[in-house]
Amino acid sequence: MAVKVLIPTPLRQYAQKQSSVEYNAATVGEALSHLTGAYAGLKKHLYTEDGKIRAFVNVYLNDEDIRFLQRENTQTKDGDTISIVPSIAGGLDE
Amino acid sequence: MPIPTDTLPQPETKLSKEEVLRYSRHLIMPEVGMDGQLKLRRARVLLIGTGGLGAPLGLYLAAAGVGHLGLVDFDVVDFTNLQRQVTFSTSDVGKPKIAAAKARLSGINPSIEIETFETRLTSANALELFRDFDIIVDGTDNFPTRYLVNDACVLLGKPNVYGSIFRFEGQATVFGYPGGPCYRCLYPEPPPPGLVPSCAEGGVLGVLPGIVGAIQAMETIKLILGSGEPLVGRLLLFDALGMRFRELRLRKNPACPLCGEHRTITGLIDYEEFCGIRGEEAAPVTNGIPEITAREMKARLDRGDNLFILDVREPHEFQICNLQGHLIPLGQLPQRVKELDSSREIVVHCRSGKRSAEAIMFLQQAGFRKLWNLKGGVLAWSDEVDPTMPKY
Repeated sequence: MAVKVLIPTPLRQYAQKQSSVEYNAATVGEALSHLTGAYAGLKKHLYTEDGKIRAFVNVYLNDEDIRFLQRENTQTKDGDTISIVPSIAGGLDE
Repeated sequence: MPIPTDTLPQPETKLSKEEVLRYSRHLIMPEVGMDGQLKLRRARVLLIGTGGLGAPLGLYLAAAGVGHLGLVDFDVVDFTNLQRQVTFSTSDVGKPKIAAAKARLSGINPSIEIETFETRLTSANALELFRDFDIIVDGTDNFPTRYLVNDACVLLGKPNVYGSIFRFEGQATVFGYPGGPCYRCLYPEPPPPGLVPSCAEGGVLGVLPGIVGAIQAMETIKLILGSGEPLVGRLLLFDALGMRFRELRLRKNPACPLCGEHRTITGLIDYEEFCGIRGEEAAPVTNGIPEITAREMKARLDRGDNLFILDVREPHEFQICNLQGHLIPLGQLPQRVKELDSSREIVVHCRSGKRSAEAIMFLQQAGFRKLWNLKGGVLAWSDEVDPTMPKY
């Protein structure tokens, strides 16, 4: 089942500047583990040290937040899109 | 001191002849009409920040005839603002933003009332400031203010028109609408400092805040008019490079500590601390990281000391200005660490000293010992050593 994962701008630097990737995956969690397997640098930005998705990162299957589905166990089907949506703040000056 | 009455909104429920002319393109639309224009004149909107998002917000809300605009800002206009903060002119550089913005907005529409608050929005003043306004619009786009505005709006039951930008991507939605989600429903916690690139590292395409701020202005006006479908329960995502808009569903989180079933947040907190910023200031990441000032480094180079200069910025930053160092962007350091000789004394630098501190922590773990962090980065070099070096 081919699913597309959209990588947001702030995280593209850890994914060789890719804006989207496609994997065969039966669940959202499986697709994300393919992603962090391919781009190890992404892992600490998506997951806490105990393996939970970080509180400032939301993951959507199509237009629905997986926190309101079955989280990482949410089943995917062919042609689905997974979006990673971190909180952003462009105005935070050093 | 008496305020000239001709600058105040007319108290009666009719528009003056001048107002009819000024707002005629609104008045001939059934979605606005006379009633809508009077609603706009009666509306009280508070804008937090007069910068990138605040510019189109202020300009359009003033032009549209929002009768009472509050502006909150404490900053001064500088040259780096002009690329996107279109409220300001080159001649405004050095002036308080609040004064320059007020002058510009009054010029667009002298008939509206503009109240200025030259202050930083804090937990101590937010509730008091918000109380007199119908709608709060956050144009500051930083985490502490965003959580503060969110919490204060939920506590007071006021809508909060949200927008955020990063490089060429934007987000917008309306939080705090009756029955709708709040920012904490979406993101219960802010990212720890250092895990997301800051504005100075990230940059922003100047038009982007214009577009996102204009979306916030449109949503504000729709809320005032009560027409159309407000951007509630939907997160609008905008990708300017791909020129695509997408929408994600935003749900009220039943477990939200602020607006959920079992609330644990009943008052404002210390948002700098919540976002880890105060802690960072008190105990900078430079703990255990040896620092060298720009002056010391210059003196050592002049003495002929054999320092290896490692620049961990991005190639496009190197093009702006550099210290003729060896360029390895922070993100590539793990793969390219072999290019470095641990027997040499290495001065690591970036723009301001933050990324170089991260690089040093990494290099320390990799066994490097002779490391210096250039305090204040190339900005300090420009200030202390070579004023001809451009700052960015």
